[in-house]
Amino acid sequence: MATAFSSINVVQHARCDNFSVASRKPSSAFLGSTYSIRLSPSASRSASVSAAVNRKASSVSAVSEVVKEKKQKSVSSGSNLLITKEEGLEVYEDVVLGRVFEDMCAQMYYRGKMFGFVHLYNGQEAVSTGFIKLLKKEDCVVSTYRDHVHALSKGVPAREVMSELFGKTTGCCRGQGGSMHMFSKEHNLIGGFAFIGEGIPIATGAAFTSKYRREVLKEADCDHVTVAFFGDGTCNNGQFYECLNMAALWKLPIVFVVENNLWAIGMSHLRSTSDPEIWKKGPAFGMPGVHVDGMDVLKVREVAKEAIGRARRGEGPTLVECETYRFRGHSLADPDELRDPDEKARYAARDPIAALKKYMFENNLVKEAELKAIDKKIDELVEDAVEFADESPQPSRSQLLENVFADPKGFGIGPDGRYRCEDPKFTEGTAHV
Amino acid sequence: MAATFQVLGAATGLFFSGSFDPQRLHLPSIRSVSERRTGFLVVRSDGHIVSSWNFPARRTQQFITSSIATKANEAASATTSKPGHELLLFEALREGLEEEMERDPCVCVMGEDVGHYGGSYKVTKGLAEKYGDLRVLDTPIAENSFTGMGIGAAMTGLRPVVEGMNMGFLLLAFNQISNNCGMLHYTSGGQFKIPIVIRGPGGVGRQLGAEHSQRLESYFQSIPGIQMVACSTPYNAKGLMKAAIRSENPVILFEHVLLYNLKERIPDEEYVLSLEEAEMVRPGEHVTILTYSRMRYHVMQAAKTLVNKGYDPEVIDIRSLKPFDLYTIGSSVKKTHRVLIVEECMRTGGIGASLTAAITENFHDHLDAPIMCLSSQDVPTPYAGTLENWTVVQPAQIVTAVEQLCQ
Repeated sequence: MATAFSSINVVQHARCDNFSVASRKPSSAFLGSTYSIRLSPSASRSASVSAAVNRKASSVSAVSEVVKEKKQKSVSSGSNLLITKEEGLEVYEDVVLGRVFEDMCAQMYYRGKMFGFVHLYNGQEAVSTGFIKLLKKEDCVVSTYRDHVHALSKGVPAREVMSELFGKTTGCCRGQGGSMHMFSKEHNLIGGFAFIGEGIPIATGAAFTSKYRREVLKEADCDHVTVAFFGDGTCNNGQFYECLNMAALWKLPIVFVVENNLWAIGMSHLRSTSDPEIWKKGPAFGMPGVHVDGMDVLKVREVAKEAIGRARRGEGPTLVECETYRFRGHSLADPDELRDPDEKARYAARDPIAALKKYMFENNLVKEAELKAIDKKIDELVEDAVEFADESPQPSRSQLLENVFADPKGFGIGPDGRYRCEDPKFTEGTAHV
Repeated sequence: MAATFQVLGAATGLFFSGSFDPQRLHLPSIRSVSERRTGFLVVRSDGHIVSSWNFPARRTQQFITSSIATKANEAASATTSKPGHELLLFEALREGLEEEMERDPCVCVMGEDVGHYGGSYKVTKGLAEKYGDLRVLDTPIAENSFTGMGIGAAMTGLRPVVEGMNMGFLLLAFNQISNNCGMLHYTSGGQFKIPIVIRGPGGVGRQLGAEHSQRLESYFQSIPGIQMVACSTPYNAKGLMKAAIRSENPVILFEHVLLYNLKERIPDEEYVLSLEEAEMVRPGEHVTILTYSRMRYHVMQAAKTLVNKGYDPEVIDIRSLKPFDLYTIGSSVKKTHRVLIVEECMRTGGIGASLTAAITENFHDHLDAPIMCLSSQDVPTPYAGTLENWTVVQPAQIVTAVEQLCQ
């Protein structure tokens, strides 16, 4: 039976060549950061398909190598730059915003301005900036509880994010979501989820809508892409695999981005995963799996261009594993005693902001003063956000029952025959439901 | 997990095995018969018990029914002079769904075997041919993820109808239903609405075994932000389906495995029922009997016996399991002062338990006797037919309960 979704049975086997392990420890070193990885497609159904795949696969493959080459070349010859000056400044501003904002969050938390679970993104900025700065406003982003920086990269104003963290009514979710539930309809940020993995089906649904609009509603120019961010711990969760299957089956316009920071609270990725190379799980479902150095924003950006381009052209999903690291603990409540200080030091030396700065200086893209100006601008922006959040009002009681239902008739009919939502106690927030 | 079973096979379950003698039925004479057919009992929503022969969906000839109560002329044909058209409950659901899909191109269906197979209970039969494979989506067996996908699609502008092949399978989707479906409108500060309909057959069938005989309304009722409705007749099935699809809130529509072949004449004109209102099935004076879904028919059968014994029960099908229609229920309680709840849900933490609490809270002064609640036993539904019958409420128990209540 001919369905519209007979998936191209592309099996892409990836082999790890060049196992040059620059590890200082024996067997427990994480495989990945120093490897170059190639995708070599094996036999597929038809010659034309395999040819197309070969082209695509080779352009997706070995990105780390390609980028490394390009970078080396550009340092010497000054041509083939990965980024223009304007792009460089935009990218720099975004990574600095992420870092400064998160540092300010830590300060505010310890001063008692925000409570609960707050998960900071320090060190991982390259992934958020690398992907989200390539997206259009209509593209959707789905994140996890570590979502402040995804919100900022997507365009949610720092004021709104900070207010949300302070629990004020001017927050992006009116103070009702908090740190782990950032949403913005205007900027198409559809969460912010507390349980790991539960955002991935939501992202798959958003991608489904995009395909539906193009094919059923005949909106020919609808090529919106969804990018789903999640961590290494999530990659052992059923929802991840179920969604990889569905996305590949129906060629949904989605990019699955794994922010592999090696630790799920205190559980090392190597201790919990039978095969720790997450990118390999993509080809098992019929989509390309790519591994990239997630501490380097330019490398991430190159991979992102390819993956997002694939999705936009209707070629289906991609699984991108970004090897990255969080400089702080899992959350502000985490004492972070388990991680080896050597490991932390190694990754601190690969700070994405420092790497970007170095690249831009070496290629004479910017001057020191321009970057300093951006630093100052961001500092002021974040200070202003804190001030705004401080001065914003707390939610009033009337807000309590307002958003439980989109249609408040859902509260039902009261004993007096009228819909309960017509009772003034509902607008006051004092009714009991 | 997903057991495949024939639609007709499940439908041959008789409604009242213990308390009903098929020998006393008038069997109909049939004008012409072709193809294979299955006999089963149909209970009309006005309480009459009818037997009829069911043909596969493509039957073209009218068939004859007879009613025990009225002893109608057996040769009388199903007349075309009466307004409306007759159909079975699953066809009514399909009609409602199809009308809404025709009306709004954003309405789509997702579920296992809803497309090419036509739905395991044929509710979506023919829709995939008409609307295509994307609009009537056959999903892999991944309830949590495709329910989440439906929620994500709803948040981004579509109006999906997610089918659980059996309601019990939606236990696997509990994460998405509880965390995302109910909560995200609130957590996002009202930015995203989730106009999703989650529907499927549940309830105790005919020896389907414990896992296929679950009543999930008790598990879902605590989730804030969702509405739950249960249909029981072709008329309210179509009306509630349409209302659920048009609602901006997430709605869970509970159908019952044994009610899919109920036949009723429904209006030709378009109609949409209210999701929050209860249905007055039989007005009365002596006692209020609150029920929903399949138990409505047990109650109506018990009502016949009660009427013969001189009682006048008021029967209300609450339809809206969350929120309760406190006005219809309250007006009834104020009239009769006695309440009996008959449900198929489990005793512990079921809909009856919540209803008892709600009535006590709101109408305590009007009660002349404590509220009685007849629920299914807290037992995993056994396979053996006799044991299965003893786990659900039977009409004889209802009669006894009313007699006790009205002493």
